[in-house]
Parts: sequence; structure tokens; C-alpha cells
Amino acid sequence: MAEDLDELYQQVILDHCKTPRNFRALPGASRRGEGYNPLCGDNYTVFVAMDGDRVREATFQGSGCCISKASASLLTDAVKGRTKEEVKALFGQVHDIITTGRVTGDGLGKLAVFAGVHKFPARVKCAILAWHALVAAVDGAETPVTTE
Amino acid sequence: MSRTPDWAGLRGDFPILDQRVHGQPLIYFDNAASSQKPRAVIDALRHYYEHDNANVHRGIHELSNRATTAFEAGRERVARFLNAGSADEIVFTRGTTESINLVAAAWGGAHIKAGDRILLTEMEHHSNLVPWQMLAQRTGAELRFVPVTGDEGLLDLARLDELLTPQVKLFAFTHISNSLGTINPVAELCARARARGVTTLVDAAQSAGHMPVDVRALGCDFLAFSSHKICGPTGLGVLWGRPAALDAMPPYQGGGEMILSVDYQKSSYKQPPHRFEAGTPDISGVIALHTALDYLDAIGREAIFRHDQELAQYTYQRLAELPNVRLFGPATDRAGLVSFLLGDVHAHDVVTVADQRGVALRGGHHCNQPLMKRLGVASTARASFYFYNTRAEVDRFIEVVREIQKFFAV
Repeated sequence: MAEDLDELYQQVILDHCKTPRNFRALPGASRRGEGYNPLCGDNYTVFVAMDGDRVREATFQGSGCCISKASASLLTDAVKGRTKEEVKALFGQVHDIITTGRVTGDGLGKLAVFAGVHKFPARVKCAILAWHALVAAVDGAETPVTTE
Repeated sequence: MSRTPDWAGLRGDFPILDQRVHGQPLIYFDNAASSQKPRAVIDALRHYYEHDNANVHRGIHELSNRATTAFEAGRERVARFLNAGSADEIVFTRGTTESINLVAAAWGGAHIKAGDRILLTEMEHHSNLVPWQMLAQRTGAELRFVPVTGDEGLLDLARLDELLTPQVKLFAFTHISNSLGTINPVAELCARARARGVTTLVDAAQSAGHMPVDVRALGCDFLAFSSHKICGPTGLGVLWGRPAALDAMPPYQGGGEMILSVDYQKSSYKQPPHRFEAGTPDISGVIALHTALDYLDAIGREAIFRHDQELAQYTYQRLAELPNVRLFGPATDRAGLVSFLLGDVHAHDVVTVADQRGVALRGGHHCNQPLMKRLGVASTARASFYFYNTRAEVDRFIEVVREIQKFFAV
């Protein structure tokens, strides 16, 4: 496979797309965010249980392409234990790496696998969709978000 | 026509095909979305702008005369292309979508009222669905749908007579499904509708330029197609209408070109087709479409149809030999496109990997969201062909499909 493809579909991404983590509804979730890209058909719900200002648990359900699903899966692992402000700071870093490939700050951990997405402009919206749904969830927004 | 076209030679007429994409030779399999343009069409655009450009129908000077003559010659050419009775039956629009919107607004506004029904099919492109939804919402009419039989993608014609109730005023349907490749029996559908006094509209976006389309043989009342899918420029479409149907229609948009005389309080309008063409039309587009139609008919639309059908049939068979491939549309007698899914791999992942191999596919719902829901899928990947595509390209495409299967382990 071409090098660019290996950058886009990193092993971690293929793994999370095949075997998504936290892939379930979350009974007792205090917040939920909907992300829907009608052109792709990518459609996710991100569930968040908050302890005060801190994310105790995050899960997701839905369907879509490999990139969007892996992103949602990795996101739910990454935000547990973070405060609302920390989640938003992380969103900023993830947004940077997905759209430019540049790592800003530290603490991205596994999320650094999305550095290759910016070379595929048509797929940026896939990688960022669940993140917008997450931010909507922690903000308590009720309108579904889209990245198309 | 007994002569076999020189397909390889024709391919050489398309400058865009001679390039590499991501380091690989381009294989353009997205023709159902838009076709490529032969040099003759590109040259026609250039020639018009370098020699004859002026506005039509209103100038007295030489350039305006030339532009008007060439523009109206384009209308005559489209009439011949469709075997229409006269050029007055040809209305130029921005595309198939606008052609259908024109009928929905002008014909529909005059003929559809609350309680009437508009019959469509479950396989319509959004452009032959949403305008009728808007008309139904405006008038209180209702929509009904001829069902699709499932993955094989045929219309359930056993249901047609019961659906053609006295309330039905219009039956609008596609000639060829852009996502299934189904070729609908247009002449039969029109005959059955006509027997009930129902007006018919045919969406020929995927058929015009891909097979012979003769409005008199089909027996429809309206037919719409786009220039850009058949070697012509983008932004231009055609509406053919039966003269009696066009004559009975009020204007669509108001403005210059469509009027006879204008006062501050009221105006009178031209006869069709000019009544429906407000504003300066796509003059260069019509002139280049004329060239495109000459080009296609020099090859022969029967020959193009056979060529594309053979490629689609070959692709369908090769894909069917692979494991975990879901194929959509009829197994035989299909048009020149194949929709498929590889296991549970999303169509956009298929398209992204194929693109890195130089193969341009379409992935998505193909502007057929209700049909996709009906088939229980979010999207499909689609390979669609035109006469410049080759069996060698299909073989390469199958290799790429096998790589994709390996990559995603399906």
C-alpha cells in the first residue's frame, strides 16, 4: 500500500475501527451529543456521564466509515477523567493535528495517529465528527452537529 | 451500424485521461457523476469565445447574429438527437435538476391541486423527488411510489396498475437508475400511464448519450437530461416537452428573453421554448453541446450502449467471483455502472484507497437516500463507465478491490 494510505489507516485506527472500544449506550449518561454527516451517512451518538465538571465515563454508538468510527472509539478512551475545560483543550489539539498534521502541546497520546488525515482533505470531516458531538455533549447542546 | 468504433483512438480524444493520479495511471470510473470532454468540445468553447461571443436574440450586429445562429442550431441539433418533432420542443436549462424543477413549478403549478397524486418510484434521484415533494407541500397533493424489489433493483410493475389511480396526474420516473444500473421499460410505463390519462416525465440523466433516446418511440410527455454527463459542458441541461404540454404551461422564471412586450404593470410572453428561458442562456454551452452530440452520434449510441453494458457485465461478474461482495442492481440487462459493497467496509474507505491507486470511484448515497434506507445500507461504492473505459482498466480495478479486501481483512 502507498505510504500515505498507511499514514491514514494506521494500525491503531484499523484496530479501533474493527473492534471499537466503549461501543455501547451508557445508561445514566448525563449528556449525549449527536453527530451526523448526511452526505457520508456517518451517524454517531456520544454518551457522557459527568461527575460534576469531570467526565467519569464516555461511550458511543452509531455507524460510519473506518476513520470516523476509530476516532469516536479513541475519543471515548481519551476523555475519561478529564474536566470540561481539559476536554475542550484536547479538542483543540485534536483539531490541529487532524487539519494540519501538527502536534500542538502534549498529552495527545494515541490520538497522534490522526496526523495523516490532513493529507486526505475529504476525510477530515470523518475524523473530527465524534469530537464535535462530544463537545456538544459536554456543553449540553441539544442540536445535532455536522462537519460537512 | 456494423463498423466497430476505434475505441482506443476515441480515448485519445480525451486529454484529461492521459495523466497520473497519486503516481498511478488515472482510471476514471465516475462517469455517472460527470463524463469527461473530448478535445472537439473544449475547442468549440474556445472557438466561440475567441471568434463569435456576443449576446443572442437582441443584437443587430454581426457577432450577435453569429452567436444567435449557432445557439439556435444547437437547439435544432438537440431536437434531432431526441427525434423530437421540432426545435420548439427543446428548452435549455441549467441541468436535469432544473428541467424537473421547471416542470414541477410551471406545469405542476397549473395542473396539480389538493388531493391529486404524483406517482414516482423508490429509485428516483433526489432531483426527481424533492421538486415533487415541494410541489406536494405547496398544493396539498400526495406522493406515491412504485416499489423496488430489493438488491436486484427492479421496479415491481405488478403494482403499477393499482397505483395508477384516477387521482394520479403525473408519473415521473428515471430511465436508468444512477445507483442500481436498472434500465426501466420506459415505453411500457408511458403507455400504461397514458392509457389512464396520466402525464409522464422521464429523467434521462443516465440514458441520454448512453443509449438511443427517441421521445416519440418512448411516448413520454416530458424528458430531461444534462449536458455534462454526455461529453458536453457543465451547467447546461435540456427539457423536452410535448408541444401541447409546453403550450399549456405558464412561464417558469421572468426576465429578459422570455417576453414579447412589457409594461410597468403587466407583460406578455413568448411562445415555447423561449417562454421558459429567462435571461441570457448558456450560449457557449449549447454550442459545445452541439459538438458533443455530433461526436457521440459519429460513434453511434447503440455501439456506446453495447460497449458500456459489456464493461458493466464483466465488472459485475468479476466482483461476484470475489468473497464478501454485495452487488446491487440487476444481474443482467444492466446499464454501464455497478454498485457494490465489500463486507462491512464503508464505501468512503473503499473510495479513498481506490483513489490512492488512481481509480476514481463514487462512494455515498448517490443522491438516493430513501433508496439506500430501503436497501438497508448507508452508502455504496460505484464504478460507472463510458466508451473511453477499457477491459484492462476493469482488470486493474479488480486488482485494487482485492488489495482493499486484504487491507481491511474482508
